[in-house]
Amino acid sequence: MKLNLKIWRQPNSQANGKLENYNVEANEHMSFLEMIDVLNEDLVAKKQDPVAFDHDCREGICGACSMVINGQPHGPLPGTTTCQVHMRHFKDGDTITVEPFRANSFPVVKDLVVDRSAFDRIIQAGGYISVNTGQAPDGNALPVNRDDASKAFDAAACIGCGACVAACPNASAMLFTSAKIAHLGLLPQGKIEARTRVKNMVEQMDKEGFGKCTNTYACEAECPKGISVENIARMNREYFKAVFAGE
Amino acid sequence: MELNSSNGVLSDKIPAGPISEKWTDYKAHIPLVAPQNKRRLEIIVVGTGLAGASAAASLGELGYNVKCFTFHDSPRRAHSIAAQGGINAAKNYANDGDSIFRLFYDTIKGGDYRAREGNVHRMAEVSVNIIDQCVAQGVPFARDYGGLLENRSFGGVQVSRTFYARGQTGQQLLIGAYQALERQISLGSVQMYNRHEMMDIVMIDGKARGIIARNLVNGKLERFGAHCVVLATGGYGNVFYLSTNAMGSNVSAAWKAVKRGALMANPCFTQIHPTCIPVSGDYQSKLTLMSESLRNDGRVWVPKKMEDVQAIRTRKIKPSDVKEEDRDYYLERMYPSFGNLVPRDVASRAAKKVCDEGRGVNATGLAVFLDFSSAIQRFGKSQANVKGIHTPDAATITKLGEAVVSEKYGNLFEMYEKIVGEDPYKQPMMIYPAIHYTMGGLWVDYNLETNIPGLFALGECNFSDHGANRLGASALMQGLADGYFVIPYTIGTFLSKEIRTPNTNTNHQAFDQVQKDVEDRINHLLSVKGNQSVESLHRALGKIMWEYCGMARNAEGLKHAREEIRKLRDTFWKDVFVPGTANEFNPELDKANRVADFMELGEMMVVDALERNESCGGHFREEYQDAEGEALRRDDLYAYVAAWAWNDSDVQVTKEPLKFENVELKSRSYK
Repeated sequence: MKLNLKIWRQPNSQANGKLENYNVEANEHMSFLEMIDVLNEDLVAKKQDPVAFDHDCREGICGACSMVINGQPHGPLPGTTTCQVHMRHFKDGDTITVEPFRANSFPVVKDLVVDRSAFDRIIQAGGYISVNTGQAPDGNALPVNRDDASKAFDAAACIGCGACVAACPNASAMLFTSAKIAHLGLLPQGKIEARTRVKNMVEQMDKEGFGKCTNTYACEAECPKGISVENIARMNREYFKAVFAGE
Repeated sequence: MELNSSNGVLSDKIPAGPISEKWTDYKAHIPLVAPQNKRRLEIIVVGTGLAGASAAASLGELGYNVKCFTFHDSPRRAHSIAAQGGINAAKNYANDGDSIFRLFYDTIKGGDYRAREGNVHRMAEVSVNIIDQCVAQGVPFARDYGGLLENRSFGGVQVSRTFYARGQTGQQLLIGAYQALERQISLGSVQMYNRHEMMDIVMIDGKARGIIARNLVNGKLERFGAHCVVLATGGYGNVFYLSTNAMGSNVSAAWKAVKRGALMANPCFTQIHPTCIPVSGDYQSKLTLMSESLRNDGRVWVPKKMEDVQAIRTRKIKPSDVKEEDRDYYLERMYPSFGNLVPRDVASRAAKKVCDEGRGVNATGLAVFLDFSSAIQRFGKSQANVKGIHTPDAATITKLGEAVVSEKYGNLFEMYEKIVGEDPYKQPMMIYPAIHYTMGGLWVDYNLETNIPGLFALGECNFSDHGANRLGASALMQGLADGYFVIPYTIGTFLSKEIRTPNTNTNHQAFDQVQKDVEDRINHLLSVKGNQSVESLHRALGKIMWEYCGMARNAEGLKHAREEIRKLRDTFWKDVFVPGTANEFNPELDKANRVADFMELGEMMVVDALERNESCGGHFREEYQDAEGEALRRDDLYAYVAAWAWNDSDVQVTKEPLKFENVELKSRSYK
């Protein structure tokens, strides 16, 4: 299949970027990133600068890949990261636009690569349970209701890719932040720090410049791991509880 | 240079005493570092996978000053994240006769008697603490209806000791360790350097005292000093180009250590995982693993008759059309007592054997089936019973059965469907072995210290615990054992002697020299300006390695491979093209740096494989097999660790004999 690509090229965070046109010959069994690999091999053969993009595991779990394909973070398929999109979902002759995740809090590093370190700083603000190595009681000392564990897992499945931010018209990080708060808050081990956690993480999220939530649910629709917006509602409840109940 | 060896004999530093008391006794006598001294001592940790993140967090908690490095944009991206199946621990929660000794025994046996008893027993001991630690961190392990932790069984063992979090155990464990690390970063005890790649190790007076790292965003070389350096940089499976490793996984940090005098132990011990999605074309960038846990319920088969094979390849019939009596469930046939749950090396070789016979089931002839139809029927009938449906029809059974399979393996089935475009509930999966893990790695002693004083290696980066073959769900166990529960103690053996050592001055001439070496190499790579891409040269190396140093090896092939690799390395340095400059974000340059190291490592692997004239675990030498084609180990000659030094393509081996005092060496049988 022959494809026309319009790809965002930007040499570094200071420079202006623009969409450039490329043609590539692909086949339907390739993954989207393998199609970009083919383009890059071609560019290297022509002694041109290949397209920079973040990627690593290529099996949908590391959260590194981060392209906006035809306006959708991670492309057209639901519940799928960019690396798992295969070319059989495109047609011969298609024009495909590829851009980086866009948000003020995710500055472009180069081409399709963005800086998502704001997410690490949100975790640093409280996205953990304070337990030093060696302090833990026996793993079965505290039974955890199976459904709670399962719901905690659903939230913990977040891969920290940032598609929620890229999808949101306000570039809000509420889905990411709330998923961590839900994961830890649903487990008895995490309840102890629940109040300080939600206050500190929300504060950091605001400090990083992420926008507010206006309930468009674009985040949930584009999340490759199906993280639910119910987590946002839960976070809001926990936040108000923490703020109004005081210390 | 002062080496941790005398007269060329490596000392494993395994403490004396009965195996079950060694670690306890040793811990009680390791010199301590007082809290006020810990605050002064600096430790560099390279890598943030399970071993690196858990080590950096735990050392930070103890009060050391830690500097931690990853080439990723965040520590959470490390490839431990992709581990699917689970983590072993000798908790015996299943009450099925498990114990620390049994986990130790299974690991030694599974490793085909090429691992050290002392290290393995320690790992089995601390395995129970790992589960406790992870639960306390909020890792959402699978639980039963009573709220207690659930277990499943894994290849190569007969007890259920594997803890899991759906099919994303590695992700959940890594996030636990990552969060512990982020907590230490927020407390200031760990300084984190993202998108920084270690380029070389700096040694002062024979001790590892710092690193040169490249800031991958702007290309600048930066100097970092410390009292010691800990490498937790993973395995080198990507020397084969196609593997289940992440694209960025590389050997470079470990290889830089080798170039500075560290020894690489058993580099030819590589693991080939039996259940991966088969190769589909030349453009392919990596292979995807399907968790070994699938073999708990999936049955592996190929058709008995060649006409069925042909009909399936040409899509004239569907796999499900092949009659039960015309299917060869070859693992169940060849290994009745372990069946589909034989260890990885055995399962992989069996798949190769049936494909070599011409019975492979896809167009390339390199695939076998992994079939869940029996499991769906079995689960469906049981669920119907639970629901009080006593004469269920076939559709009901299938529906109920598929729901159970979906609950256990849903995400894996989805992943398969996304990649292959076929529904594995309706037709069996197609799988084939692929490079997955490397048991070999930097030689370390009981303290996890390499032969370079002050240089430690943890996790997949070292060689210590898995011998010639790793059991499923043991990689996560080893990474976390090393990081949470071993290095925080054993690092004291070195640092307790360094409390008077001032902080390392990065203006020391040793830093000048190493930085110059790094600059020269980068400039060299950029100045070749040849005509071949890094990618194509890497692919060529992978083909040589897979062909001659993959699932089956022989002396002639290995000798040939050594010549081929040397030629290719020559070509690389004469004809590689690396675009861009040194002072920018330049992923092609990063890759060129890594591939250049693979070009040297590959040669060392081939030499190691050639020198080891026996078959053991993942190392199968065709010359050494019994009448039934099973691996023939030669304990009288090769029960040792081969630790290799590299001196510009001249490789020399030092042998560390393995002592077996608690396990009797037997021929490994899963029949």
